[in-house]
Amino acid sequence: MSVTIDSPRAPRRTGGVNWEKWGWLYMRVSGALLVVLIFGHLIVNLVVGEGVKAIDFAFVAGKYASPFWMIWDFAMLWLALIHGANGMRTLVNDYAANPTVNKVLKFALAGSTAVLLLLGTLVIFTFDPCPAGASADLLPSFCPVP
Amino acid sequence: MWSWVLHRITGVAIYFFLLVHLLDTALIRVSPEAYNAVIGTYKNPIMGIGELGLVGAILFHALNGLRIILIDFWQLGTKYHRAMFYVVIGVWLVLMIGFTPRHLINVFSEGAV
Repeated sequence: MSVTIDSPRAPRRTGGVNWEKWGWLYMRVSGALLVVLIFGHLIVNLVVGEGVKAIDFAFVAGKYASPFWMIWDFAMLWLALIHGANGMRTLVNDYAANPTVNKVLKFALAGSTAVLLLLGTLVIFTFDPCPAGASADLLPSFCPVP
Repeated sequence: MWSWVLHRITGVAIYFFLLVHLLDTALIRVSPEAYNAVIGTYKNPIMGIGELGLVGAILFHALNGLRIILIDFWQLGTKYHRAMFYVVIGVWLVLMIGFTPRHLINVFSEGAV
């Protein structure tokens, strides 16, 4: 004769997607990728050459003339902004005890994240390194001289 | 506990820089003049010191983040979590000692701008 009792550690939820688990995993996977992406970004933009002083429109346009940097920055945009917003969500859950404030802050986070992801993606993929009408001394050297 | 506190503080700081940085970089889509005007505000010693703080925060967050990954996924991670924190501090110091003079020379040198 045997007695069956429920396991005291039986999970309360049954079925459905465990979003907190996937969020937890996302922070670790995106974090590892961002180490490579952001340090590559910092080394190319801040350390080699003349550092931040060398950054202007022509510098950025020169990078975005290559699909390599477009994909690099596109990956960095999505991975970093969602990583940061999800981290901020953790802080909101820890410190915003008032349910209304908690909800408002999370809406603001979701809204600003969606807008910036859309804006950044459009900027990367609709960018023209040689815009018509701009003075040639501001443009990268490969632009045709008018 | 301090690694946890520092991870939060550096994370929040990096997040708000990221918001500003995405908006300023989006100006490349407006015009070369608009982008050069806003990036020009980065090219002074105060922002140069700020960049030092930003890189320090990113370095700590990255190294401590790798430590968190090891604690979670490496079977000896919880055993060596304290030792790994000292490694994080040590590697952070070495990289900052390497980056700081390089960056400050760029910031304070008379040259291209």
